[in-house]
Amino acid sequence: MQVQSEKFKAGAAKSLNNPHLLKAMANLRHRMVTGRAKSILELDNFEEIREAARATRDLSLANLDYLLEEFERNATARGTKVHWAETGKDVNQLVLDIARSNNVRKIIKSKSMLGEESGLNHFLQGAGIEVRETDLGEYIIQEAGETPSHIIAPAIHRTKDEVSDLFHEKHKLPRKTDIAEMTREARMILRPYFLSADMGISGANFLVAETGTTMIVTNEGNGRMTTTLPRVHVAIVGIEKVLPTLEDVAFILRLLTRSATGQSISNYLTFTTGPKQTGDQDGPDEFHVIIVDAGRSKVLDSDLREALRCIRCGACMNHCPVYQNIGGHPYGWVYPGPIGSVLTPAFVGIENAIDLPNAATLCNQCGVVCPVKIPLPDLMRKLREKQVERGLRPRPERLGLKVWAWFAVRPALYGGITRIAARLGHWAGGRAGLIHSLLGGAGWTRDRDLPAPQGRTFRELYAARAKRRA
Amino acid sequence: MSARDNILSKIRGALGRSRPMTDVEAAALSAKLRDHRRGPQPAMNWEPVSRFRERCLSLSSTVDEVATLAQVPAAVARYLAGSGLERTGVCWPEYGSLNWAQAGLSIEARPARGDDKIGITGTYCAIAETGTLMLLSGPDTHPVTSLLPDTHIAIVPTARILVSMEDGLDLLRRERGELPRQVAFVSGPSRTADIEMTLVLGIHGPYRVHIVLVTG
Repeated sequence: MQVQSEKFKAGAAKSLNNPHLLKAMANLRHRMVTGRAKSILELDNFEEIREAARATRDLSLANLDYLLEEFERNATARGTKVHWAETGKDVNQLVLDIARSNNVRKIIKSKSMLGEESGLNHFLQGAGIEVRETDLGEYIIQEAGETPSHIIAPAIHRTKDEVSDLFHEKHKLPRKTDIAEMTREARMILRPYFLSADMGISGANFLVAETGTTMIVTNEGNGRMTTTLPRVHVAIVGIEKVLPTLEDVAFILRLLTRSATGQSISNYLTFTTGPKQTGDQDGPDEFHVIIVDAGRSKVLDSDLREALRCIRCGACMNHCPVYQNIGGHPYGWVYPGPIGSVLTPAFVGIENAIDLPNAATLCNQCGVVCPVKIPLPDLMRKLREKQVERGLRPRPERLGLKVWAWFAVRPALYGGITRIAARLGHWAGGRAGLIHSLLGGAGWTRDRDLPAPQGRTFRELYAARAKRRA
Repeated sequence: MSARDNILSKIRGALGRSRPMTDVEAAALSAKLRDHRRGPQPAMNWEPVSRFRERCLSLSSTVDEVATLAQVPAAVARYLAGSGLERTGVCWPEYGSLNWAQAGLSIEARPARGDDKIGITGTYCAIAETGTLMLLSGPDTHPVTSLLPDTHIAIVPTARILVSMEDGLDLLRRERGELPRQVAFVSGPSRTADIEMTLVLGIHGPYRVHIVLVTG
C-alpha cells in the first residue's frame, strides 16, 4: 500500500468534519471498549495470563531464528511448501508464481494485513487474476475502492446507509436497509466465489513451531473456507508471528479474542498442518506458507523490538482517544492507532510518518489494554526523540526550541521573562481569566480558550517556599 | 544468498548471534517445545457438562439431549420440524447407519456441497470452558459438512466433553500423535459485526448450530 502518512493532519481534519464517520466511530467506542472490559472479568487471573503472554512473545522473539527453522522443518515434513520473502514485492511475486504454475484464474482471500502492506490484490489483478476479499468488512471496502480503517473491523468507518447504497449499486438488487438482510445478500453473492475459486489466500494469526502449523482466528467462517475449499492455499505471515507450542497458542487466545472483540472465543479457530492427506475428501492439494520479513528484522534490531510482540487484537486503537475520533484512514498506511504510530514509521521510515508518533496524548490507555504489554507511549516517545535527533522536526519548532534553550540555560533571565509573561498573560485574560486568541497559536484557540496564568510563577512560589523553610 | 538465508542472518544479527544456535542451546529450547507446559489457567471450577450447555446457549447455539445414539434421528427430526427447516441433508459416514428414514428424514452419508441445507457431524471432543466443538479433518470427518450447510447439527457424547482447549490438544496428542490437516475449534453459528458493529448470525458459515448431547 502506498504510504500517505505525511497527510495525517489534513486527513484528521477531514475526519472530524465527517458526520457519517463520527457516527460510525461511536459504535466502536460502545461495543469494543465495553465488550473487552466485561469479558476480561471472566478470567480471575487476567494479569497473570497477560504477563505470561508477554514473556512468551519475548521468548519467541529472542529465539526467532530457531523457531522459524523448527517451523519450516515440521511444516515441510507434512508436505507444506515453505517460502521466504524479504520484501512486500517478493511476496507479490511469489504468490503470482504459485498462481501461474497452478493455472489459477480466481482467488478468494481471507483478511491479511500483510497483503495490504504489499498491495497484493492490486498486483494480482494487474496480472489478470480475479481476487475477491471475503471477510464482510474487507469485501465492503474492496467494492468501495478503499483501504481498511481498522485491523479487525476494516469497514468500521462506514455507516449502514453507505453500505446499503454500495450494495445496491454493485449487486444490482433491490436496495436493502436491514443489516441482517444486507449480510444475507453478501453471503449469497460471495458463496459462488468460495465454491469456484482455484486458490485461497489467508494470513495467519500464529505459526506453531512444534507442529509446523498455521492458525487463523475468524468469526465469519471465511477463513475456514479459504483454507478448505480451493485446490491451492497460500498463507502469508510475518516472521514475528511464530510461537513455540500449541499450548502457547491456547493460553494467548484467551487474551486475543477478549481484547479484540470482547468475545470469550471467536467462532472459528482453524489450525492447518499441511495439504490434503491420503483419503481426505476436502482440503487443498497444495499448501504454501510464505514467511515474510518486510522490515521486521530491522525492527527486531532496534529499540522498538517490543512492538513485534503485537498479536493484532486492535485494543490499542479501540481505546485511543485520537483514533476514536478520526478513524484509521488519516494514519495513511496499513496499521492505524497507537500500534500503527509505531509500526508505520518503523516499517516505512521515520521521515515518511512524522506526525504519527505525535498524534497521541501519551495517556497510556493503549499501554494499559495491550494484552502483551507493549509500552506504546514509550515507543512513540522514542520515535519523537529520533525525529529530533535526525533534525526531522519542522523548522519553526526547531527554531522555537533553540530560542527556549538559549533562555533556559540563563536562569536569572529566564525567571525574569517568565515573570513578565505571566503578568502579561494574566492581564490579557481579563476578568474571566481566559485568553480568547493567542498570538501565533490561532489554531489552538479557535475552538477553545486558554486559561490565563494566575498569581505568581512556579519559580517565584518555589523561592518563597525555600525562604519560609530557611 | 537465498531470501531464507538473508532473513535468518538478519535475525541472528539483530539477536546478537553470529551463528546458528549450538546443539546445547537448541536442546534447551526443544525441551520447551516437547514438555508442552501450559500457560497460566483461569479458575475453572464448574461442572463440565452444564458449563458446556450454558456456553453453547450463550453463543446462540441450541442444545438438546438424548440417552442413546439411536434416539438422535428422532431428536433431529423434532428440531427440524420445530424450526421449520428442510428434512434433507448430509452426515458424516459414521452416522450413515442411523435410522434417519424412520424419523422421516432423508440424510445422505457424504461430504456437504454448497447447496446442502443440513449438515450432521460428530465431534472429536468438546470444550466446556467456551462451548466449543473440536473438529478434526479426515477421510470420514469432512470439514465441509460443518461449514457449508445453513444448519449444522453436532452429535456430542457427554463423555467427550473436556474442560479446556489445552485438554483437547492433550487428548489429540495422546490418541493420534500428530495433527490432522485441519483442527477446527467451532463455537456457535458464524457471525459478523462488520456493518455498524451490529451482530448478525450466519455470514459465510452456518446460520444455526444445534447440539445433540448423547448421555449414554
